[in-house]
This record gives sequence, structure tokens and C-alpha cells, in this order.
Amino acid sequence: MEINISINGESRTFDVEPRTLLVHLLRDNAGLTGTHVACETSICGACTVLLDDKAVKSCTVLAAQAQGCEVTTIEGLANGDQLHPLQEQFWEKHGLQCGFCTPGMILTANQLIASNADPTDEEIRHGIEGNICRCTGYQNIVDAISAAAAQMRD
Amino acid sequence: MIPASFDYVRPQSLEDALAQLGEHGDDARVLAGGHSLLPVMKARLADPGVLVDIAGIDGLSGISESEDGITIGAMTTHAEIEASASVQGRCRSLAEAAAAIGDVQVRNRGTLGGSLAHADPAADYPAVILAANAEITVAGADGERVIAADDFFTGTYETALGAGEIITSVRIRASAARGSSAYLKAAQQASGFAVCGVAARIALDADGAVERIRVGVTGVAESAYRATSVEDALTGAAPSAESIRKAAATAGEGVDALDDFYAGADFRRHLAGVYAARAIGKAWIRAAGE
Repeated sequence: MEINISINGESRTFDVEPRTLLVHLLRDNAGLTGTHVACETSICGACTVLLDDKAVKSCTVLAAQAQGCEVTTIEGLANGDQLHPLQEQFWEKHGLQCGFCTPGMILTANQLIASNADPTDEEIRHGIEGNICRCTGYQNIVDAISAAAAQMRD
Repeated sequence: MIPASFDYVRPQSLEDALAQLGEHGDDARVLAGGHSLLPVMKARLADPGVLVDIAGIDGLSGISESEDGITIGAMTTHAEIEASASVQGRCRSLAEAAAAIGDVQVRNRGTLGGSLAHADPAADYPAVILAANAEITVAGADGERVIAADDFFTGTYETALGAGEIITSVRIRASAARGSSAYLKAAQQASGFAVCGVAARIALDADGAVERIRVGVTGVAESAYRATSVEDALTGAAPSAESIRKAAATAGEGVDALDDFYAGADFRRHLAGVYAARAIGKAWIRAAGE
């Protein structure tokens, strides 16, 4: 079936099977491998993307359900060489170690900051409960999101 | 994990959706937010031949408020219910149950109607639906009908929904003038599903006595149920912490409880009593104070 979808601001058309999951369309058809596949059971959050500005687990969304929608992946955040504040602060605050969970973390945090410009640490922890990190112990991720929110308020 | 092949249709009207379900019979499944159905299909525990996606149908989403209650479209997401001032004001326990589901991403996609139709025995909403005496409106080939909460949940993953029927909305009457509700759960630490979840809705009379109370329990048995022994014991008298604790202790009595490696049957029955006391106490304090 034919799917029309806007990915990071660019309108794209794909011919996929109805059973194609959004995460596979992004990685295999669109070639955007920044969106990661891990648990495949809507638990870990590594596959998180923004679908019409809302964070979703793209392993549990059919590509067909995204017909006509706008998708933002990690590749769509930076402005040329200028990192997004979240990317910059994950770097500054050492919010990652292996980096596998980072794209999902950043996109979930993006929705959090969009609805709450000055989140408390507790709100940040609640906001990223659907994203699992096995390296950092989360503290530096929380610090990075908090710093990014501050940078975006300036 | 990729589902087995299926055909996908996205009707633009309820009539078209019902026609598709009629045409394909048992081979078709309704796709709402997909956060119950797609995981089951990915695990190959279900392999419908046709998915009827109802996301393109106007009028199935949103929350409307009338003088005596709220009506919530079946396609309304958990996130929308959690954030709704109408729901928080008219049926606080429903907002609490929505906020307790999964995580941010899941709540952005999962829907009220989808969760109710799936009828997972550990889902959060059923406890509230029973306690709030909600009415579930469904559409089918023969028109619309309303199913009472008490008749809706018939077993594990089983409901009173007939073949080819679609849930269109859920109606909940507003809390009484001196009334409120609460939902509390013990969550499975990994999945977030309810090992035990209890919703209590209470209405007090002018003297502070319990005029009406309904208590719904999820996660404990193969289907959500009402703890009628608790309701009967508390109705008609002014409650106290002691009377609530004593009455609530019977919430799990005689229940054929689920039993797995995470929580045994005795533990679940015990939790039912503990969480019933907490939920009723919270609803009572809110009712007396609001």
C-alpha cells in the first residue's frame, strides 16, 4: 500500500506492506537509522519518535497509521551543524554512555519540554518513565534535560 | 517482531466501518490506538486477516460535558483523559486511572475504547468503569445500544460486545454534590499493569452518611469485579477509618484470584482489601471536603 508521510519536514511516499511498523519504515525504507529497535514490545522507548508532535513508540505504530502525519526523528532535530539544545546538553552533561537510548530519550524529553518549559527533576523522571537506559543511572539524563529546558527558555 | 500479513482498511464513516466488519466477520478486528492489539499480533497470538482502522472516522474522539455527566469518545487517548479538566472535575478516578496506564508514549496512543474492548484482566479502566456505573455505547449493524458497566466485562479478554460491534463512547454521570472517587493500584514493576487496582466512588448525604458507594477491583481476578460486600457494609452509615478498614478487608474474600510467579492468589486477595481501604478512604476524604 502507498503511504504518504512527512519525515523531518520532507514529504515522502513509500510502498509498503500493511504490516510494516513505523520504525521499520523509518530505518529500512527512509534510511533513518537514528531511531533504534530494541525490545520491540513498547517497553524500552528506544524507538520513540514524534508523531504530530507527540512522543510515540514507533515499534507499536503501523506505518499505515502514520498516513498523512508528520514524523520527527532524531535526524530532524539539529539545524544544520547547530545542535538542538537537548543534543547539546546531553553532550555537555554526559547524558549518555553507549548512546543507544539517546534518540528516544531526547524525543520524549522534547515533548515534555514543549508542554512544560520548566520541569522539576521529579517531572522529568516521570516524563521519561517510558525510556530505559542501561548505562547512566539516569541522573545525568535528568540534568541534561533540565539544562536543555533552561537553555530553551533563554 | 512483525505481525503476520493482513489487509488494512481505513473507513471514513462508522457505517463503512460496520459494513467492513460485517463483510469480513470473525476475520476482521477493529484497530483503535493499537496499543493492545498490535503487541498481541506481533507476538502472533492473534492474526486477523483484516484490520479496520477507525482512526479516520470523525466524532469518535473527544470529551463533552453536560449538566449531569461526561461523554468520552471511544478514540479519546489516555493522555487526553488524564489532562481533561472535565474528567478531573466529574470523575477524578478516571483521570487517575488514565494517568496510571503505561508511560507517556503509551498514553499518547492508547484509547479508552480500545482498552475496554480488549478487556485485559489487569487493565486500569475496568475498575473505574464499574465503580462509576458507566454506560458503554456501541454501534452495530442493527443500530446503537447501551451496555451497563455491570454487564460489560464477562471474562478474560471477553466482553458483552457482539460480533461486528464497535464501542463509540462511554458516558459517566458526574459525582454527586457531596461525592467523589479515587483510583489506586499496586503496579507490576516491569509492565506497569495492575496486580491490584481499586476504584471507589462515594456519595454522602447531608449528615455525612454513605448514600451510595461502588467499588471496582481489577487485576485480582480473571475479570474486573465489584466488591459488593464492601459496598453493602458501608452503605447507610457515616464512615470512619475503622469501618472502612473492616469493610474493605472483604474485597478479596471468596474471589477466585489470579495466581502467577509475580503475585500469588492469597497475596492478590490481600491486596484487594488493602487497596480497597485506601481508595475508599481517599474518595471519602475528597467527598467530605469537596
